[in-house]
Amino acid sequence: MLSVDVEKQLGEFALHAAFESADGATALFGPSGAGKSSVIAMIAGLTRPDRGRIVLDGETLFDAGARIEVSAWRRRIGCVFQEGRLFPHLSVKHNLGYGRWMSGITADADEFAHVTGLLDIGHLLDRRPGRLSGGERQRVAIGRALLMRPRLLLLDEPLASLDAARKSDILPYLERLRDEARVPMIYVSHDAGEVRRVATRVVTMQHGRVTAASGVELLSQAVMPREGGTSSSPRAPG
Amino acid sequence: MLSLTAQDWTAVLLSLRIASVATLVALPFGIAIALVLARKDFWGKPLIDAIIYLPLVLPPVVTGYLLLITLGRKAPVGAFLADHFGIVFAFRWTGAVISCGVMSFPLMVRAIRLSIEAIDRRLEDAAATLGARPILVFFTVTLPLALPGIIAGAMLAFARALGEFGATITFVSNIPGETQTISAAIYTLTQVPGGDAAALHLVVVAVLISVAALVIAELLARRATARLHGA
Repeated sequence: MLSVDVEKQLGEFALHAAFESADGATALFGPSGAGKSSVIAMIAGLTRPDRGRIVLDGETLFDAGARIEVSAWRRRIGCVFQEGRLFPHLSVKHNLGYGRWMSGITADADEFAHVTGLLDIGHLLDRRPGRLSGGERQRVAIGRALLMRPRLLLLDEPLASLDAARKSDILPYLERLRDEARVPMIYVSHDAGEVRRVATRVVTMQHGRVTAASGVELLSQAVMPREGGTSSSPRAPG
Repeated sequence: MLSLTAQDWTAVLLSLRIASVATLVALPFGIAIALVLARKDFWGKPLIDAIIYLPLVLPPVVTGYLLLITLGRKAPVGAFLADHFGIVFAFRWTGAVISCGVMSFPLMVRAIRLSIEAIDRRLEDAAATLGARPILVFFTVTLPLALPGIIAGAMLAFARALGEFGATITFVSNIPGETQTISAAIYTLTQVPGGDAAALHLVVVAVLISVAALVIAELLARRATARLHGA
């Protein structure tokens, strides 16, 4: 259970996002520039909100009023970024093992085999990220985030840098991830088709505000959220 | 062919020793200062910047003189070190290490700083989300990614230290076997009537060592860069 209520002034742009998400995949949906990635960076602990609170599974990760701020490296929140951000100097195998290595989790061969099988990256282990295709890179990035045993997985436009064919290659992996990995996910996207396939709930954002939050059926009515939506701080059903 | 006297060989080996030790001792400081200058903004940073680059623009004799009046046997810092720790730099080869290190420091810091500034910081963010605390991010991501620049900086500093003359001869003089480097030996020979023939042999050695250092630096940096980008 994640509860977010954050404010931040980003130049001319005032971000104020409040929403909650539970198990399954919650999409953070909206046009580019809506502030989705900024919210993700705040949940991950990479950007500090000006005001507000972030609570994950009862643990306060950030509370401006109480001066609580848990460092990114202590949050155990896995991130998959648009550009993958694999470490270029490490092999795929060492990229995958990095999170475990850094947080001192003992090696688990079954888990490693399961994740590499799920994402179909077992044959890439000895390669360097520079020798991977865009789709392979994103699958390795997803595997790397999963293997650190995150409490929450943040996927920030993981398919945005891929062409249509690659996207449809990876979408099945994301669906399997949602159904099999049992890690709650926040999935950021501006693509309604992607969100319909991957997400179980949708939070729409526009101009730095949350405009709606509900089940994924929201997207069948309107392809893009309209301006001035229902509420800036909706309470979604658990 | 090359015929070097025993004294020439002493100067060559001493130069190599001084330049190597100066580079190795300066390297951790160079990396630390490059990191601070590349990443941190603080009050007085332009001044620190200027002080570090000063040996690059000052006449070497001035740098040597400044070392002499701070680290000399009777100078405040030098006397303190000598009395309390028994460390003496004046007229010792370790003093030459200091002057060579100081003179080559700006080149080292500049090369490392540029390579740190070129690192994609989003990779460090990614490492943090994977549970790496800042010190581990530095050793597992920042340092390896800056490696080509660190090699380049170290080799530039080594080559610069090898050729150092003005500051060294001012600070620790020109004592055969203790502080007489290749440069100082060549200078000495050219001051003696008919010594220029003997100087030529040392000149050839100096050229060979410098070329070798630069070629090795280039090869190492290429290998490090290739390791970073696939392969």
